[in-house]
Order: sequence, then structure tokens, then C-alpha cells
Amino acid sequence: MNISRRAFLSTSAAASAAAFFGISGQAIATVEDVEKLIAEFGGGAAAGDAGPLQLTTPEIAENGNSVPVSVNVDSPMTDDDYIESVMIMASENPRPEVATFHFTPASGIAKASTRMRLAKTQDVLAVAKTNSGQLFKVSNNVKVTIGGCGG
Amino acid sequence: MASKPRVKIPKSVSAGDVITIKTLIKHKMESGQRKDKEGNVIPRDIINHFEAAFNGNVVFSVDIDPAVSANPYIEFSSRISEAGTFVMKWTDDAGTVIETSKDIALKG
Repeated sequence: MNISRRAFLSTSAAASAAAFFGISGQAIATVEDVEKLIAEFGGGAAAGDAGPLQLTTPEIAENGNSVPVSVNVDSPMTDDDYIESVMIMASENPRPEVATFHFTPASGIAKASTRMRLAKTQDVLAVAKTNSGQLFKVSNNVKVTIGGCGG
Repeated sequence: MASKPRVKIPKSVSAGDVITIKTLIKHKMESGQRKDKEGNVIPRDIINHFEAAFNGNVVFSVDIDPAVSANPYIEFSSRISEAGTFVMKWTDDAGTVIETSKDIALKG
């Protein structure tokens, strides 16, 4: 055994942090994972600012097992100009992808909701794509307080 | 294990109205990230796709990943211009499709 004291301390600190969040032994998603997903979703186009995209999440989620999430994109939803899809990601879950909604002009409005799991306090991202390939991106921070430590 | 899904949808609408449809289906949505007492990974078993079609045309669909909560709830909208039937389908990892349909009439 030839482990320096410093290396030992830093690995054990990381391990206890992971155990604290209840995801012991599991990697969390990295920034690269999220960027790769956005690139695949958008076909390489650069994601702009939020524009007409609204992401609704609670500021504080008392139960990370069921966090309501809702997206709404202001769009005429005509055959020539509509929102094609919206992808939701949880940046620090073991896997970042949550769900992808696909709309059509017959949707009338580009609005949808579901409930998701969040492993810990983190940023939730939404990326919307128009039929012409334009991307909008927005993120919200959600505090997850399960365990009673106040996030 | 999957039971009949619950769907909340108006029975009659005025032509051109945008309606909201709420759906809930019972499913454990096993993420594939959890381990049992012996430390074996519990295999992934989730509903991975939802699709809603009105009179045969797909109006809305969702690609679902394991981060969606157990008993997945999905709410979406549709513009209705004619009477017809909504068919909603949930597909799980085993390829099983659970289907339900709802009729919509026009007011007047």
C-alpha cells in the first residue's frame, strides 16, 4: 500500500459526498454529456437564449422522486412555423436525459408537463427546436430537500 | 403489471378549441440505476414512449427516459377542429403497448 495521506483524504471525501446524496458508486452526468445531448438534439446548431421558451419547475422540491416540470413555448404552431420538439435534461442526475416532447401543428400550443426524478439539487435544462432548426435554451435551479438537510 | 391508464379529456368541444389532455399510467419505471440487497443491478423496466393520435394523425409524442417518475404523468394540448377519436399508446421496454381511446364530439 502506497497511498499518500492527501490522496486518501480526497478520495474518502468524494466517497462520503456521493454516499450523502444516496447515489453511492454512481457517476453523475458531466457537462460534456449534456453538451453532447444538445448537439445530437439540435444537429449541431448553437443553442440561443430562452426566447419564447419557458420552463416551469418548483424552486424547492421536497421529494426528488416526483418533481413537476412544465415547458411552454410561445409559437404560432402553423404548418410553416411551429415548435418541433423540446428536450428536458437534469444536469446532475446519473443520466441527464429526462424526456423529449414532440409537437405538431395540430398540438395547437407547444405546452407539455410531466414529473421527473432529481437525484440532488441541480440545474434543470430545456432546449426547444423549431421546424426550421432554431434552438432555444433555458435552465432553472431546483433545490431538492429530501433528507431534511435543506438542500 | 400495467393497469388501465387514466385519461382526462373533454367529451365535447367547440371547433378550433385548444384542449388540455392529462394522462396517468401505473408503472414502476425501474430506472436500471438501483441495486437490490445482494448488490445486483435491478434491470431497467420503463415506459419509453408515449404517442397520442387524433383520427389517425399523430398530434404529440414523448421519448421517455428513466428520469421520469414512477406512474408517469403526461399533460399535453391539441387543437380540435372536427369530431373524432383520440388514441393514446404507451410502449414499455419489453415492447408491450398499452392503448386507450377517447371520443370527442363537437358542441352545437
